[in-house]
Amino acid sequence: MARAFDEMSSDDGSVRKAYETLSRWLTSVPHDVLDHRRKEAEYIFRRIGITFAVYGEQNAQERLIPFDIVPRIITSDEWTRLAKGLEQRVKALNLYIKDVYSKREVLRAGIVPEELVYQNPAFRPEMNGQSVPHDLYVHIAGIDIVRTDPNSFYVLEDNARTPSGVSYMLENREIMLRLFPELFSMHRVAPVENYADDLLATLRSLSPNGAHEPNVAILTPGIYNSAYYEHSFLADKLGVDLVEGRDLFVEDNVVYMRTTEGPKRLDVIYRRLDDDFLDPLAFRPDSVLGVPGLMSAYKAGNVTLTNAVGTGVADDKAVYSYMPEIIKFYLGEEPLLANVPTWRCREPDHLKYVLEHLGELVVKEVHGSGGYGMLVGPKSDKAQIEAFRAKLKHDPANFIAQPTLALSTCPTLVDEGVAPRHVDLRPFILSGSDKVRIVPGGLTRVAMKEGSLVVNSSQGGGTKDTWVLDA
Amino acid sequence: MLSRTADNLYWLSRYVERADCLARILDVAQRLSHTPVTYGGSTNEWSSAVLTAGCVEGFVARHGPVENATEENVVSFIAFDPENPSSIRNSFEVARTNARSVRTALTSEMWDVINSAWIELRAFPDKAMTREELSRFLAFVKETSLRFDGATFRTMLRNDAYWFSRVGAHVERADNTARILDVKYHVLLPEKEHVGGPLDYFQWASILRSVSALTAFHWVYRDSVKPWLVADLLILNRQMPRSLAACYDNLSRSLDDIAAAYGRQGPAQRLARSTLAKLSNQSIDEIFQAGLHEFISDFIGDNYKLGNEIVEQYLT
Repeated sequence: MARAFDEMSSDDGSVRKAYETLSRWLTSVPHDVLDHRRKEAEYIFRRIGITFAVYGEQNAQERLIPFDIVPRIITSDEWTRLAKGLEQRVKALNLYIKDVYSKREVLRAGIVPEELVYQNPAFRPEMNGQSVPHDLYVHIAGIDIVRTDPNSFYVLEDNARTPSGVSYMLENREIMLRLFPELFSMHRVAPVENYADDLLATLRSLSPNGAHEPNVAILTPGIYNSAYYEHSFLADKLGVDLVEGRDLFVEDNVVYMRTTEGPKRLDVIYRRLDDDFLDPLAFRPDSVLGVPGLMSAYKAGNVTLTNAVGTGVADDKAVYSYMPEIIKFYLGEEPLLANVPTWRCREPDHLKYVLEHLGELVVKEVHGSGGYGMLVGPKSDKAQIEAFRAKLKHDPANFIAQPTLALSTCPTLVDEGVAPRHVDLRPFILSGSDKVRIVPGGLTRVAMKEGSLVVNSSQGGGTKDTWVLDA
Repeated sequence: MLSRTADNLYWLSRYVERADCLARILDVAQRLSHTPVTYGGSTNEWSSAVLTAGCVEGFVARHGPVENATEENVVSFIAFDPENPSSIRNSFEVARTNARSVRTALTSEMWDVINSAWIELRAFPDKAMTREELSRFLAFVKETSLRFDGATFRTMLRNDAYWFSRVGAHVERADNTARILDVKYHVLLPEKEHVGGPLDYFQWASILRSVSALTAFHWVYRDSVKPWLVADLLILNRQMPRSLAACYDNLSRSLDDIAAAYGRQGPAQRLARSTLAKLSNQSIDEIFQAGLHEFISDFIGDNYKLGNEIVEQYLT
């Protein structure tokens, strides 16, 4: 594979304009000073308790996500382009979900095959014909973006359920401001700290009943959830209650929380709990994390759930491959952000191609996430490829394949010094009843291992502060 | 606020307070265990520590009859044993779990105390500590509760979250002082004609030490250590922050603050007031005449009941 596009230095060794100051600074600061600050950052993270849990690891109930102190830079021109494309994409996602649960014009027009809706495990028949407040479904979206050259950005994945990571975006910036104030005086970095305000304004705008002082709460599965830190972090920044299922009850289709002063009505619930666990009466009866009756209160229009129930029908990797057509169908516009070319293994000719080219493709489960259960062809040995071939043949519809993209790299501090590592970007898009809000940047994830393309934190990926520079 | 949040704050403070009390019990036991017997030292100081810590049942299940208590098994049981739900280690674990669930109700300073204590705790060996390591460990535990109280006092908003946290601390503190008295009351009873022998002195002094009040005693009474004055200091004297009266003073005030904010008094407030009245309307002589042991037993019962009323009224 050819050398990937590096966002700081070109092949000829020259430095791209946006990185000039940072590059000079990097060469002027001795390695041990950088290393010292990296340790300081890690110490601060541990003290604050910014940890996450890795499922299936017994002794590491709480782990730190590696934080890289070298910021990633995006110019304001690049960002403006991205932001427009993101807004367009989320608009289309919202229209698609509404359509899927009402008239299904997209199916009748033959844009998306029926089975991708009806046989989709994330499809919620309970939502059929159900209107939701303000016709919005995906209020908080995380769209994963990768880059392969100066001009090409691709959407890698849509996260329309409960995307996480925004707390790292905010904490990374706080840490950078603390550790490297001098860098901020040399750059005009667009702030991100208004995210909490934006999120609260968005949530309040979604009130179902026009209450002018809607009560908002964040619903968490509890402290053992891998993203618990983020849930409590957001509740704190928003100044809203962080509730668990057992704190809530439903009476006459109204949701209340148990407080020291008696029951208090809730209007908007930012739930960080999967559909399956929301309400044992409607979904999994064994769920102890949910609230019995929540679904009927929701259907009665007495409470807004963000994101809406059933949004998963729009964010699996098979539906992803239809997103360019979906955008055109609902908005009559060309997609501003490209999709990565995708082979759907459910289609026989695609499957045939994929099976013949396993060694050069990335194959993913349609409903997979977190970097689990995927094959990175060029990085796998023969045995791994053959094992995967068997899985793929057994259940082709469960997989898609994409070319192994040469993800862009960014300078990253590793043991040997500053070296290029592959990155992606997850911006967060907030859709309220009044407007769409996106703070500049997002969460940059970085594969800390040399050559690795897997940036997921569960697979040893780290994060970086992301700077959108003002022109 | 959420009932669960109030509940977590209440128990968080109780567990930090409990860890502190356990550390002082071990401190005193260690000290007495190497004081010569003629100076009040005794061979069963470690079993008395088990009684005072209120963990007899668990100890017996693990190490057999209380008479088997040795420095090694008591220190390991009270300080570190994961099987002992009230060990210092478990108290810190529970405190941190509670703190994590209510991160949003804590100030970052309070969280920092709990989280760093939890991290530091792992640096101590689990068993077979040298005396020096044990001292260092006990100092660390006491310091943690000091820092936590300080952080609470200095950084928390004065609202229901603060009051519930104070209520928890004072219910636990009152319980601890009362249990020390319950186990040691016999040395305060004037059985013999002459008091003030060296043996008695060291016994009484050790009681004072277990509530960090030896120096305070002299400042308050300007007298040599006498058993009824020790009892007075620990039960009725409001200058002494760990006395039952001072704890109930604070408790009653915090509960009244909650009631005022919510616009409603309840059984918890009434019960706290009635216990406070019992601590206000009697002299120590009257208490001794009516029976010190009965008084303390009654108090422990009332305090337990108050805990239940608080749970009933606010935390469920």
